[in-house]
Amino acid sequence: MLLSMHGICKSFNGIPALRSASLEVGEAEVMALVGQNGAGKSTLIKILTGAYRRDEGSIAFAGEDVSFNMPAESQARGIATIYQEINLAPQRSVAENIYLSREPRRFGLIDRRAMREGAVAVLRTFNLEIDVDQPVAHFSAATRQMVAIARAVTQKARLVIMDEPTSSLDEREVAILFETIRTLKRAGVSVVFIGHRLDELYRICDSVTIMRDGKTVATGAMAEMPKLALVRHMLGKELAAFEAIAKDADEGAQRPVRLSVENAGAGVRVRNVSLTVREGEISGLAGLLGSGRTETANLIFGADRLERGEIRYKGQARSYRRPAEAIADGIGLVSEDRKVDGIIPDMSIRENMTLALLPKLARSGIVDRARQDEIVARYIAALGIKCTSPDQPIKELSGGNQQKVLLGRWLCTDPKLLIVDEPTRGIDIGAKAEILRLLRRLADEGLGVLMISSELEELLAAADRVTVLSDGTSVAVLPRRELSEAALFAAMAHQVE
Amino acid sequence: MNAFRNTFALKSSGDMARLGVILALAGLILFGALRYENFLSQYNILSFLRYNSMFALIALGMAFVIMTGGIDLSVGGTAAMASVVAALLSPYHWAAGLFGGIAAGLAVGALNGFTVTVMRIQPFIATLATMLAAYGTALLLAGNQSVSVSYDSGFTAIGQDDFLGFPIPAWIALLVYFAGWLVLERLPVGRHVLAIGDGEATAALMGLKVRRTLAAVYTGSGALAGLAGVILASQFGAGQPTEGVGWELFAIASVVVGGTLLTGGSGSVGATLAGALLLAMVFNILNFENGLGWISLSAYWQSVIRGGFLLVVVVLQARLMSRGASEGRV
Ligand SMILES: Nc1ncnc2c1ncn2[C@@H]1O[C@H](COP(=O)(O)OP(=O)(O)O)[C@@H](O)[C@H]1O
Ligand SMILES: [Mg+2]
Repeated sequence: MLLSMHGICKSFNGIPALRSASLEVGEAEVMALVGQNGAGKSTLIKILTGAYRRDEGSIAFAGEDVSFNMPAESQARGIATIYQEINLAPQRSVAENIYLSREPRRFGLIDRRAMREGAVAVLRTFNLEIDVDQPVAHFSAATRQMVAIARAVTQKARLVIMDEPTSSLDEREVAILFETIRTLKRAGVSVVFIGHRLDELYRICDSVTIMRDGKTVATGAMAEMPKLALVRHMLGKELAAFEAIAKDADEGAQRPVRLSVENAGAGVRVRNVSLTVREGEISGLAGLLGSGRTETANLIFGADRLERGEIRYKGQARSYRRPAEAIADGIGLVSEDRKVDGIIPDMSIRENMTLALLPKLARSGIVDRARQDEIVARYIAALGIKCTSPDQPIKELSGGNQQKVLLGRWLCTDPKLLIVDEPTRGIDIGAKAEILRLLRRLADEGLGVLMISSELEELLAAADRVTVLSDGTSVAVLPRRELSEAALFAAMAHQVE
Repeated sequence: MNAFRNTFALKSSGDMARLGVILALAGLILFGALRYENFLSQYNILSFLRYNSMFALIALGMAFVIMTGGIDLSVGGTAAMASVVAALLSPYHWAAGLFGGIAAGLAVGALNGFTVTVMRIQPFIATLATMLAAYGTALLLAGNQSVSVSYDSGFTAIGQDDFLGFPIPAWIALLVYFAGWLVLERLPVGRHVLAIGDGEATAALMGLKVRRTLAAVYTGSGALAGLAGVILASQFGAGQPTEGVGWELFAIASVVVGGTLLTGGSGSVGATLAGALLLAMVFNILNFENGLGWISLSAYWQSVIRGGFLLVVVVLQARLMSRGASEGRV
């Protein structure tokens, strides 16, 4: 064993993040480390490298008990790490970032020429021809990721750790990365690979360690771990039996189709997605992280351009170039992260709610205040938003009430199709149920709802049908009567050939 | 604008600000030379350099601190304390005065480094506290008055004599600036300083010894303030426990005028020197203006004018920076 970590415990402010986690990696082994978001993978890695201090547990590396006090120490012992949040100094040049902390020297001074040439050479092996004197902040996330990878693999380490290295890479870049991993393996270097996309893990990893809720729940050879078992371990549901996957949608519903997506594709995140939303139904969209759910929503909404396939809305083929066109057509999107691209925290409820409506409210550039007030008052009442007044800044509201304001934003545009991406994320249980009931009521009034959710309970409770995505492909459509946890698991673990 | 930048091979808005300070300096010199008869006289040039070397030295220490994203408010107090220590030690040997003063500054700097890195006190608070402590110590050691230096040990030569026709303080500043440039541009630790200013947590994850580097930077700033204190005592013949008030602001201003961001992560040694010279030049020109007799500016008015000038420069710099930021990524 090159590395063995046992009984690792770690709490942040009294909240346990790791409770007896373990990780064992052999020489020249490529180990997958998987688990849902928040399972504790990154924390485990940071404890190994010395970025965090462990509360309990033991770590042995290369046959010796170790306890690194800071990343500099683990790095000196031969552990190179690509952290999840890309760890580069943004204002420093690409070349410097690759060599920071082990700069090539000549007569004690930094050998800038060797550094530049070394950087160019290593990046060339990644098919990357960039100006290495530019600050890394000037480059895209994918390029920065490749630079971070280059930094790690040039460290001549015995163990290279990669925490979700592929999340910003395209297919070609992933292929280059995998070739690099194979080269490392051939040189006797071990790799810990953290990732979410199952097919990637099966392609490159020898073994797998599965974490859930801060614990290591299963380990084994990758080839002997069926996808189904892997997903079950990750999600933590022990289910006795799995039913067969029904591939037919519930055709019993005779309502008109409001939206149909057929074999849609764009980029590498959305490969081949088909789904249907009928008038008056909540259509669920399920899948693991990275399966392409949000990207599909962006495609429908015109935030990304459709490259393949067809999107039909109210019977007509549509391909929006901008969200504004989708909005004008009666489509709304409540996005996944309301803090980032949803609410404007310092603005009032009134302003936040009527943002999408402003073009319609304005006459020759001046907002019709009376109509605005009337609409805002109506939706505050209808949605049961708890606030002191429409002028209260939205940041003062609870998560559930913020979400209702965002729903209100779209509802007052009178949409015919509403896409909600993780509508109950970060909201307390009571408010969750309320949001779901609200969506149900809106559907009953004729709205078509496409609900993206990671929470199976939520889909089971609210969706009339669920389309399951896996790796950018819709692999199953489960009508209401066939919906069960087991069926969803089975579909999410679906093998895509 | 872009064509202009390409012509001068300017990579960042930081370079633009640095070019700006050099142009402003050249402009001021031209202005002074045309307007005042004795501006470019040997006497004015040499005394300008002799007097302002102290400020240039503390500005360099401050530049490194600011590049890490920190601040050192203690430099003025440290210089005052070091001047007293140097004066008290000067009867024994000139070197005792010189190195004793530097050591006193270094000790204050090391204390700053300790409180900032180990105790995790914010630099602003930590160095504010040591500033007060340094002034207190200076007054205690000096018995509440200035301490005259020994004129027999040769200590006064440090601040007053010339070497090859050039004031010794200016030689010292020149050497120290060259060393500073070498450290920042050619030694790993200099690049680490910038990387730490870019983001401490990230720098630690990249395997840099963040605490050690930060401690070294604060210690260096203290040592340079100590050296400035030595020159002060030597030049004016006395350790001055009440001098140094406002020096930290002069130093911070020089650094900022030199295009270094207060947020850390970027900076230049050469531009810091230009910034210090620029500010000193404004003072020098005000003196000449007084001498012309058209106006008579009190020291207070000079402060106001210098402050106003600083404000203009800082605002200009901020605008350059925000333009750089909004240019976005490639
Ligand atoms: N620095 C931190 N402070 C507080 N909580 C943290 C910190 N880092 C991680 N956590 C918590 O620890 C848990 C595990 O997180 P993480 O290791 O990032 O999971 P993963 O990488 O598997 O997605 C989460 O609940 C997260 O909120
Ligand atoms: Mg993580």
